[in-house]
Amino acid sequence: MSGLPQWTPELIQAEIDALKHKPGALLPILHAIQDRFGYVPTEAVPQIGDALNQTRAEIHGVISFYHHFRTSEPGSHTLQICRAEACQSMGSRALEAHAKASLNVDYHGTTADREITLEPVYCLGNCACAPSVRIGDDIHGRVSPEKFDRLVSRLTTRALELK
Amino acid sequence: MTTRIFVPCDTTALAMGADAVAAEIARQAKTRGAQIEIIRNGSRGLFWLEPLVEVETAAGRIGFGPVEVDDIAALVEAGLFEGAAEHPLALGLVEEIPFLKNQQRLTFARSGITDPVSVEDYLALDGFRGLEKALQLNNQEIVDEIKVSGLRGRGGAAFPTGIKWQTVLNAPAEQKYIVCNADEGDSGTFADRMVMECDPYMLIEGMAIAGLAVDATQGYIYLRSEYPVAHRLMNLAIERAYAAGYLGDNLMGSGRRFDLEVRLGAGAYICGEETSLLESLEGKRGLVRAKPPLPAIVGLFGQPTVVNNVLSLAAVPFIMHKGGETYASYGMGRSLGTLPMQLAGNVKRGGLIELAFGATLRQLMEDFGGGTFSGRTLRAVQVGGPLGAYLPESQWDTPLDYESFAAVGAVLGHGGVVMFDDTVDMGEQARFSMEFCVVESCGKCTPCRIGSTRGVEVIDRIRANENREANLELLADLCDTMVDGSLCAMGGMTPFPVQSVMKYFPEDLQR
Ligand SMILES: Cc1cc2nc3c(=O)[nH]c(=O)nc-3n(C[C@H](O)[C@H](O)[C@H](O)COP(=O)(O)O)c2cc1C
Ligand code: SF4
Ligand code: FES
Repeated sequence: MSGLPQWTPELIQAEIDALKHKPGALLPILHAIQDRFGYVPTEAVPQIGDALNQTRAEIHGVISFYHHFRTSEPGSHTLQICRAEACQSMGSRALEAHAKASLNVDYHGTTADREITLEPVYCLGNCACAPSVRIGDDIHGRVSPEKFDRLVSRLTTRALELK
Repeated sequence: MTTRIFVPCDTTALAMGADAVAAEIARQAKTRGAQIEIIRNGSRGLFWLEPLVEVETAAGRIGFGPVEVDDIAALVEAGLFEGAAEHPLALGLVEEIPFLKNQQRLTFARSGITDPVSVEDYLALDGFRGLEKALQLNNQEIVDEIKVSGLRGRGGAAFPTGIKWQTVLNAPAEQKYIVCNADEGDSGTFADRMVMECDPYMLIEGMAIAGLAVDATQGYIYLRSEYPVAHRLMNLAIERAYAAGYLGDNLMGSGRRFDLEVRLGAGAYICGEETSLLESLEGKRGLVRAKPPLPAIVGLFGQPTVVNNVLSLAAVPFIMHKGGETYASYGMGRSLGTLPMQLAGNVKRGGLIELAFGATLRQLMEDFGGGTFSGRTLRAVQVGGPLGAYLPESQWDTPLDYESFAAVGAVLGHGGVVMFDDTVDMGEQARFSMEFCVVESCGKCTPCRIGSTRGVEVIDRIRANENREANLELLADLCDTMVDGSLCAMGGMTPFPVQSVMKYFPEDLQR
């Protein structure tokens, strides 16, 4: 759906093997898996545990501690809205309300067409041109509700062109 | 002759459309057969002007901004490529723009001038001169130079950097580490990001010097995952620094070694706290460790470790090159050198302002910032990130130095200034402080983990006008408990913004 490959135990193992020699390898491994497949499948946990000689509980504890890691498949695009103070001072609360209403999802939810997963973020470092939104690796500044709608419609049209 | 045109590539310029602007300029040049070269420079940090397009002329670099794609045809028509444009977006010589001209840029002297990932550009502007100098000195001489500079950690706690390095130098060990704290989680801060995106070799150089000072051969930059542009540029710069011999096993042909790697965080504010950061680097949950032992003695993987903020390490090349005394000649009292302040939120001219310590907050917000973006009355200012107090107008004349801020119960932290106009509901801001702590607490101690949840509930009851007096008393009590009973500054400082709202904006808790 998201254009990312479907995970298999072999592909997961390849990501683990490429990084497990590093000191403190767990976060790099989790990033690599999530970057490649969009999330960290629950089935990967014992595989990682075996490679690093750690228990499943330890690995799971790490995944659940960090906001960035997710354990289920996201939509085609991840859209983050900054909730931190500089963005608040420029109207991000209204922007959040608009986004949730127009996409008809709450934070951590994915739209019914599985296009967009909405997430909160606390500062993108674009605080002088707030409010800020991140879509994939692109950051957008001075995002009004109207600009938000334009960004979203651009995403959905592009996705259609791909099909 | 080919005209050089600069279009910045930092996060904010990109967020305001710099890529499309660069592409359109290239297209227009092609159709007109104009000989131009587009250079993707870093940002000057004049963010209200981004994308700020600069054209190199015999007289200097002429600026135009903020440029939108739709402006370009008319700009080219008006003589953009000749740099002689009479145009509403024309700004004249960039170096003469008061916002920039009135700064004292030591750390950010190169920012926005060069292509950030070009080693040649860096060398042309005094790059690696500090490292060259450090290679001629012994450990103690390097550490002494840092001590003379008076540099205090720019990450928030303001601990003297020279003393930290001395501790690591004195700790005998086979392996030591330099860890750069690039977590920059505070709202309203972007100076670390700008270093990494606009002048990354300066950070590489600072870390290599730190390595030489304390005999550490491995460095890690712990970078937050919220900064994809910094991640890409920093990695590219590291790769090129290796290729050019400024990293690796033979630094500038000296036979000395320093390796450097970027590690990504994963969206946890608490991982900016140094011990939590080390846990995270080790591959664990970011739970705060009790101190002592200090990381300088038992740090990463149990080894002596320097943990410094990006700005602290970025100040090091200047100090080594120009001397600690030169650096210390800026500033006031015990706050020496320059402080890169970051002006954000509801501000007309937001951006990065590097000044010697001692200017006042009001000068920053009025002279540089030009007041609010909305044009409405300024009501409150939060300085020092989400754990910093909200300052009312009576405190805006406080000088920007660590001790003066502490004297009014505020913190400078990482130098972030977030402005709010009079539409702000301070009750809502107080609630958010507690809510942020609920989301970001590492969970190790009760006052922080449970206290913040109770804090949100109590504030909700106050805002709903339930038993207001009793609940206000309860909130005051809860804040005291968190301040006194928390293991680290997350729980220990979350009450600061809340208490400042109770004290200076009580009417907003009475609606
Ligand atoms: C909750 C919390 C968050 C912090 N976040 C950061 C951060 O994002 N960046 C940073 O450099 N220091 C941060 N610090 C301060 C670090 O613990 C540490 O003091 C600093 O990295 C030391 O470097 P310095 O001496 O160069 O300032 C934080 C501290 C706390 C308690
Ligand atoms: S104060 Fe909060 S963040 Fe700090 S150690 Fe305690 S629970 Fe963790
Ligand atoms: S507060 Fe939203 S980008 Fe920094």
